[in-house]
Amino acid sequence: MNQNANASFAQDNPMSQFLRMERMPHIWCPGCGIGTVVTAFAEAIKKSGLDLDKIAIVSGIGCTGRTAGYVKLDSFHSTHGRAIPLATGLKLANPEMKVVVFSGDGDLFSIGGNHFIHAARRNMDITVVCVNNFTYGMTGGQMTPTTPNTANASTTPFGNYEFPFSLPFLADACGATYVARWTSLHARQISASIKEALNHKGFSFIEVIAPCTTLYQRRNRLGDGLDALEYYQNDAEIAHGIDTREVDIGYQSKIKIGKFVERDKPTYLENVNQKYTNVLGDEYQLYGKTTPEKEAEAKAKAEAAAKGAV
Amino acid sequence: MVRKVKADPKGVLEGPHFMDGDHALAEGALAAGCRFFAGYPITPSTETAERFAERCPEAGGLFIQMEDEIASITALIGGAWGGQKVMTVTSGPGFSLMMENIGLACMTETPMVIANVQRGGPSTGLPTLTAQQEMMQVRWGSHGDYRVIALVPDSPQECFDLAIEAFNLSETYRTPVFIMTDETVGHMHEKVVIPPASEIEVVERNWYTGPKDQYKPYKFGAENHMPGPMVKVGDGYRFHVTGLVHDERGYPQATVEAGKINITHIIEKIDSNADKIIRFEADQLEGAEVVVVSYGITSRIAIKAVMDARKQGIKTGNFRMITAWPFPEKQIREIASKVKAIVVPEINYGQMVREVERVAGGRCKVISVNSTGGAVHDPSEILAAIKEGRS
Amino acid sequence: MMEVRFSGFGGQGIVRCALITGKAISLYDNKFATMTQSFGPEARGGACSSQLVVSESRVLYPYVTVPGVLVALSQEAYNLYEPELGNGGILIVEQDLVKQKPDTGRVQVFPVPATRFAEELGNRLFANLVVIGFFAAVTKCVTPDAVKKALPELVPGRFLKANIQAFDKGYAYGNEIMAAKSGASVTADAMSEGVE
Repeated sequence: MNQNANASFAQDNPMSQFLRMERMPHIWCPGCGIGTVVTAFAEAIKKSGLDLDKIAIVSGIGCTGRTAGYVKLDSFHSTHGRAIPLATGLKLANPEMKVVVFSGDGDLFSIGGNHFIHAARRNMDITVVCVNNFTYGMTGGQMTPTTPNTANASTTPFGNYEFPFSLPFLADACGATYVARWTSLHARQISASIKEALNHKGFSFIEVIAPCTTLYQRRNRLGDGLDALEYYQNDAEIAHGIDTREVDIGYQSKIKIGKFVERDKPTYLENVNQKYTNVLGDEYQLYGKTTPEKEAEAKAKAEAAAKGAV
Repeated sequence: MVRKVKADPKGVLEGPHFMDGDHALAEGALAAGCRFFAGYPITPSTETAERFAERCPEAGGLFIQMEDEIASITALIGGAWGGQKVMTVTSGPGFSLMMENIGLACMTETPMVIANVQRGGPSTGLPTLTAQQEMMQVRWGSHGDYRVIALVPDSPQECFDLAIEAFNLSETYRTPVFIMTDETVGHMHEKVVIPPASEIEVVERNWYTGPKDQYKPYKFGAENHMPGPMVKVGDGYRFHVTGLVHDERGYPQATVEAGKINITHIIEKIDSNADKIIRFEADQLEGAEVVVVSYGITSRIAIKAVMDARKQGIKTGNFRMITAWPFPEKQIREIASKVKAIVVPEINYGQMVREVERVAGGRCKVISVNSTGGAVHDPSEILAAIKEGRS
Repeated sequence: MMEVRFSGFGGQGIVRCALITGKAISLYDNKFATMTQSFGPEARGGACSSQLVVSESRVLYPYVTVPGVLVALSQEAYNLYEPELGNGGILIVEQDLVKQKPDTGRVQVFPVPATRFAEELGNRLFANLVVIGFFAAVTKCVTPDAVKKALPELVPGRFLKANIQAFDKGYAYGNEIMAAKSGASVTADAMSEGVE
């Protein structure tokens, strides 16, 4: 592609408002599912009508971890496994932000597992999107905590003898207040789910099953990206509201998808403010009020003062 | 550009107090404008976190007890880019856990203050007893090449004072700054005078004010390698932060050349400003035969030995490092060229003494008065070394 | 310079004794005081101790080496710490809780029924303030005014008055004892010798 073609590609691309076009092409392989999820994320943000300046994205390390670098938002590419605590700091220091963690299964649930369970427990008001491709792509196809039992990985060359996590069940058990699962075939549903999650108050978790064609698919002789999508089409079953104990995934088994959990519970910051207001009364200034809230308060104060003067 | 303002009175607990070093750290942080603290309990540093948790509602800040020290330090990176001044405190084992993300903070030039109330190690070691065993870890502990600033208080009063100084340095140089205190200073109570807010100068974050489309999160190759201004999330700059080698836009650049520019910057911004950063106290260096170089709690023991030596007619100088890193090379080199010996007592098996030896370069004897940790020295051990140095 | 050790068992307010005294001295008596205490499992139950180093100039070495004053409110603390008390030093003991060795005259002993006095005032928890009052009268290490100024943030507000009463009781009793002993002058000079 020549220079001009590049420039016009960047300009004309419908994603150009959302992506750092100067960083294209991305590193993802042909047939990889991550791009689909990123596109669905972009669509979700567009439809949500949220201010792009008020959304931050945080990634860990790995193939999905590269997302933060491509998305034209305030974006953080943290260390391996640490996207959630970085997002926690961002959210608490600047609560008017919508903070989205975008990372992979190895990053979020192996090295970063402890952070996930605690953020869910606290009902920290962030959205976590996990692209679950059952493998460490960037390091070459090793086993992760979600690799199905018996599946082949480079560190389980004779087949996986460990038991995997069922991520929705884990999230639910830890206190997440929104839990959904889709596959990368379900682009529109992912998008709708992310949009819901962005507007959900509290810890929201969306798992997207996606193919790693270069490593997981090839190593297990499962064909290419299209074959993966065919598998999803044949074996994914929508089961909204199903008990999350029923949604575990076996090797090439049926995959339960849908919105499993949506419940209302005070967020971490709501609890902080409630507690301190109880203790300190009027003296306490709510932590992390948004700018509009602060402005409204200042206005009300000024009006009250003006009334008093009259 | 360094902009100094008066402290926010909401964080300043003005007046004289009888307070331990751990509490004084929290008060210093609040006075400096720190409003976000993420921490995990560990002896002997926990009191700082407890103090912050208790004081932050009225000061308008937020404390969060994270799930571990890795989460704590990483939350600070988010907190700082969220727009707050941030702090955590820990001790040996927790400090080890923080190392990787200390590197991320250095690489992303994120201002923060990390206090390490040192206890005896290695491993779980002596949790309730004093030590100075992480003086090299603080300098080298995270992988790769970088520089840090580390301050060493010798009293609760200095815990307060240096906490403010640490925040000011971290904002000026956009880098993590360490307060390397110890169990003795952390747990001992003394008088701490907190001045009125109007007498406390704090360095404001260097906020970017130029046109939005021209903002770059980093600036390499500026005069004295000073870092560029910052913005925070939500202000519409849509910036990118990564631990990968990056260019001024913050975009990853996997090339040797980009690495050279990036790494030179984070090293030179400290090295070429070392004279402005380094603080020390020196006494009777002129004509001294022997000089004792020490830091932190050990310097209080050392002064006792120095005074005893002087009583016995030995011309003894005293040099207390307040800044351990960057190391006061110039000062130590000059001392080394004039004395018979430099005596270095430390509550470790010989850490900063290596730096003294390197800088002295054989110009004088360097005598290490080391210990395996757990207790301060007996002044007589230091006195014996002074006598040995003079002979 | 004076080195003081307060000791007893957990729950007697041993740490509080040193905190109150140290704060009084360094904030209101214009002297320097450094307070240390033992931490961790060894500080929970059993013998508990807190230390004060008091000086006219800045305290350098923060720990007690040879105490000139030992306050022992339990048998275990007495057994553990009495031997390290300097010759001629002042030993203040809770007379109903500590059974002493035969007096050899090595140190000067000042018994006080602190717990009994505190119970008479309504609560044995005030015993540590009786001890501080007694300590102030015997050692002259801290002035009563300074202690009373130091108290408000260190004791619960609703017990402030009772704590001051307890202090006064101990102080008055200490003065009585000192008056009875007068002639045989003890106090600061002798204590310093004990340290040297």
